Amino acid sequence: MNRVIALLQFILFGLVFFAHGASAQLTIEITGGGANQIPIAVLQFAGEGGVPGSISDIVEADLQRTGRFRTLYAGGVSAPPTEPSQINFADWRNRTADAIVIGGVNRLPDGRFEVRFRLLDVNKQTQLGGVAYTLTAAQMRLTAHKIADFIYEKLTGERGVSSTRIAYVVKQQGRFELKVADSDGQNAQTVLASPEPILSPSWSPDGTRLAYVSFQLKKPVVYVQDLLGGKQITVANFKGSNSAPKWSPDGKQLALVLSRDGGSQIYVINPDGSGAARRLTTSSAIDTEPFYSPDGQLIYFTSDRGGSPQVYRMSAAGGDAARVTFQGDYNVSPRLSPDGKTLVYITRISGRFQLAAMDIASGQVQLLTDTQRDESPSFAPNGRMILYASEINGRGVLAAVSSDGRFRQRLTVQAADVREPAWGPFLGN
Amino acid sequence: MKKTIRMALAGTVFALLVGCGSQAVKEDGKAAVEERTPGAATSAPAVSGTPSAAPSQSGGVTSKPIAPSGTGVTTLSPLKDPNNILSKRSIFYDYDSDAIKEEFQLVLRAHAKYLADNRGAKLLVQGNTDERGGREYNLALGQRRAEAVKRALVLMNVQESQVEAVSLGKEKSRCEEQSDACYAQNRRSDLLHSGEF
Repeated sequence: MNRVIALLQFILFGLVFFAHGASAQLTIEITGGGANQIPIAVLQFAGEGGVPGSISDIVEADLQRTGRFRTLYAGGVSAPPTEPSQINFADWRNRTADAIVIGGVNRLPDGRFEVRFRLLDVNKQTQLGGVAYTLTAAQMRLTAHKIADFIYEKLTGERGVSSTRIAYVVKQQGRFELKVADSDGQNAQTVLASPEPILSPSWSPDGTRLAYVSFQLKKPVVYVQDLLGGKQITVANFKGSNSAPKWSPDGKQLALVLSRDGGSQIYVINPDGSGAARRLTTSSAIDTEPFYSPDGQLIYFTSDRGGSPQVYRMSAAGGDAARVTFQGDYNVSPRLSPDGKTLVYITRISGRFQLAAMDIASGQVQLLTDTQRDESPSFAPNGRMILYASEINGRGVLAAVSSDGRFRQRLTVQAADVREPAWGPFLGN
Repeated sequence: MKKTIRMALAGTVFALLVGCGSQAVKEDGKAAVEERTPGAATSAPAVSGTPSAAPSQSGGVTSKPIAPSGTGVTTLSPLKDPNNILSKRSIFYDYDSDAIKEEFQLVLRAHAKYLADNRGAKLLVQGNTDERGGREYNLALGQRRAEAVKRALVLMNVQESQVEAVSLGKEKSRCEEQSDACYAQNRRSDLLHSGEF
């Protein structure tokens, strides 16, 4: 039934939106509509014509991508208004807008810019908020994302994620690149380029470092890389395979998988590579893909100790594990929502690998996708969207789905395989 | 086929098993992939002569060993002599299995003897999986395959310190198509000797 509704929404509200960037940038296509979207009009900002990148366009696209807004046609206004007194509220009410965004851009004498905007409630004819920023041209996109996050928070009561970043791996012509981009796929920077595979990037909670697995030494080794300085530290290069790093919520430890003592088992280690690795699991089965609960008390992981791969959880100090998933014979890659209430994982159903969500309290399971080869889910820091890897026509793509399964989008890079997404933390955490 | 192998086994030792390769590797005809031009192998890690190298471009490549011309044969390392069973470097598996099939026992025994005879020699076993399923879980499955090979070698008198078992998971597919034949080629362990990794 849910799927029928989702399909109807797709047909009724489905917007197709392309954000064009330089080649090798992620292109985002919204492929399904959300429910209860807030109708909003983002008007052109006064003076933004002479500025690199249109701020109002970026804000509008950001809001669309959240799935929580229906952006309305904002044209047909003679000159972009900058003050509430210039607004014909009755007209906007007729256009079914609940909220409108107005703003302006001024070039300052020192070459920087001032951007100010106001968010207005159309029905109450009042201002809900407004901010003025002073910035350089290079900060224009980030400022637009911050404006989108301000609007999102005012109207939904939750933090927005437009100003966050994502990490992912691109495979192109036999080369692998670990990249970090803005949440809209723009402004992509290469963190590591290698002829050997890179996988399992994991953000430090403060967003300054990435842990990942690289095969650059012809075997899986875990590294941590500082995003500002670019320095790569070897964290785990023990005999055998080293993989699946995940930060503890306090950023002080990495849970990871080592085979140095035989079999794939879960350990913790200091993220700077100092000290010894401490073993947490002691099974004769595969234990892998550790993921900390947001309070740091538990570790969820994948194990085939019961005969098939299933999700288990144990104390973050190790010890006895309890099985969490029971439906199906292949459930891997567990990730908890930031509020700790929802577990998403990849489940195999009739040979298809799909994203599933379990309500931890009730054990209720819902399928979030209907694709074939989904992998590596990652929650947005506000828990509203889940980014994951999928495949279309044999090519790796990133996709995102809202936590209720209703809103979907796809992120692709021209002529390349994209995989292993990881959504970064809130800015300034 | 099995009978053939048993006969080969009964016929004792693994020496002079010239035609054995095509019998021993029966996953499908394409398994001859591992008979890559042996003379081309160098110690440079990124060179595509070693099993760990970049995935083969053309799916089920069937490359035939080029017999060394002239008289160079005697100087060829047994590891690189295409007529020596030691040039066989891959062990293939059934779906979701790390069991070493009977047909690969001869290959393993040959490598075990080489390592036992050359205590300074090292071997890297790289486990691989087909492309279905999660990357990290596949990495663990590949590890299990590699460790099964290592255990078998240790039972054949190889010292544990001579062998490292690692996994490349599903990251180094030899064959990129989504077919059962292709999957079968990717479910394998590759054996790399000193200087090849």
